[in-house]
Amino acid sequence: MSPSIMTKGAIDCDIHPSVPNIEALLPYFNDHWRDTISQRGVHDLQTIAYPKNAPLTARPDWRPKLGMPAADANTISTQALDTFQTSIAICNCLYGVQLLMSEDLAAAFASAVNDWMIAELLNKDPRLRASIVIPTQNSEMAVAEIERVASDPRFVSILMLVMDEKPLGRRSYWPIYAAAQRHNMPICVHAGSAYKHPVTSVGWPSYYAEDYASQAPAFHNMVSSFICEGVFSEYPDLKVVLAESGFSWLPAHLWRLTKFWRGLRAEIPWVDRTPTEIARDHIRLTLQPVDAPPTSEQLERLMDHMGSDEMIIFSTDYPHWQFDGVDVIPDGISKELATKIMVENPKNTYPRLQ
Amino acid sequence: MSKYVVAAANEILPGQRKLVNVRGRPILIFNLDGDYFGILDRCPHQGASLCKGQLVGLVESDRPGQYNFTRNNEIIRCAWHGWEFDIRTGKSRCEPEKIKATQYNINTKTGSEIIEEAYEAETFDVAVEDNYVVVHL
Repeated sequence: MSPSIMTKGAIDCDIHPSVPNIEALLPYFNDHWRDTISQRGVHDLQTIAYPKNAPLTARPDWRPKLGMPAADANTISTQALDTFQTSIAICNCLYGVQLLMSEDLAAAFASAVNDWMIAELLNKDPRLRASIVIPTQNSEMAVAEIERVASDPRFVSILMLVMDEKPLGRRSYWPIYAAAQRHNMPICVHAGSAYKHPVTSVGWPSYYAEDYASQAPAFHNMVSSFICEGVFSEYPDLKVVLAESGFSWLPAHLWRLTKFWRGLRAEIPWVDRTPTEIARDHIRLTLQPVDAPPTSEQLERLMDHMGSDEMIIFSTDYPHWQFDGVDVIPDGISKELATKIMVENPKNTYPRLQ
Repeated sequence: MSKYVVAAANEILPGQRKLVNVRGRPILIFNLDGDYFGILDRCPHQGASLCKGQLVGLVESDRPGQYNFTRNNEIIRCAWHGWEFDIRTGKSRCEPEKIKATQYNINTKTGSEIIEEAYEAETFDVAVEDNYVVVHL
């Protein structure tokens, strides 16, 4: 069986359309913001999270001669969906909305990006879905944006960055989680930073390799924050998808958190069962980039440590360069597990896909 | 099952604890409002002496940010890693069905009962009119 057939019908939970340029968004701003963008000379909101020329940012065969990769529905449909024969792909648009200092400007950009996605992506290929881009700078405005577009069933989750202004479990974010639960959407926490802080807790690293690898400790912090702050105690139906996070680090981190929780649980009495159990019920992780060990025996051991075959959900991370050809399912994942990862687990994670 | 007299009842007043040794086993006896409880003086985690731990209350919560504090001094918190054990049941607070301190049956008997029923009171002079703490092994 060729791998392309193997992923036939799969649900791809993490692909990245690019906003082609600021002009593409202009129709989706009101006159004031359109004028502001022109007056202030806002020419682009691409961030340093995925530098345009970094090999990781776009696979060579998915990189256009000119302009941004994955910047229109036709390209995405052909390269991402047709190639892998996936039935559905969820667009997580990484644009610099969360970086802006002005809450009002951020809200305007979030709305523009969502409206651009509706018009240019969702309306053009029925297989596409999207995460709602929100201005995390202000939870009230974020909820307003969720309420504005949530009636569109093609929005299936809500996008946040793993490194925002504060740890994501903090109560100031809870109105967003209440809205997510109300509308049957998971929160998708994606790798990346709002750059309100250095990307490591002790300051800026020198190299991109360090920056990219430091996403994992940021995910550790967010898993701890969501659990310890009691987000899942307050919103028992909420799921959090960690996207582009890797997953090999999770069992070790949960083991450590559970170990300390046993002695410190009186501090957070709403955490009334082990963090490991809570994570199994509420945390999901996308497949690519796979940071798993190379052999099937080692991979089986890792899955055993995770203690659940329901946590990993299929993703290609298109157009990021995580693998070549169609080798998206790593060796060592059994056919049975691959089937769960590709269809069943995503459906159980995103109620709007059922 | 053997019964051992380990202390005179008035040696361990409400709120107090006493470490006794019964056939080589260190057993920690507590008096909670007149009821006696006994657990092995060994934390099931790494074997620390629970006797050296702090007595604390029970903290529970209905939702994040809410702290319900009850049962003051009915929980012993291990001095090494802070694991809490319910003195009344021996069960840990973190994983009560999985992690437990070994519990012993404790009750009080009068001196006359002890003399009549020939309890083992190796180190005691038992007086008929007094009450005694008995460990069942």
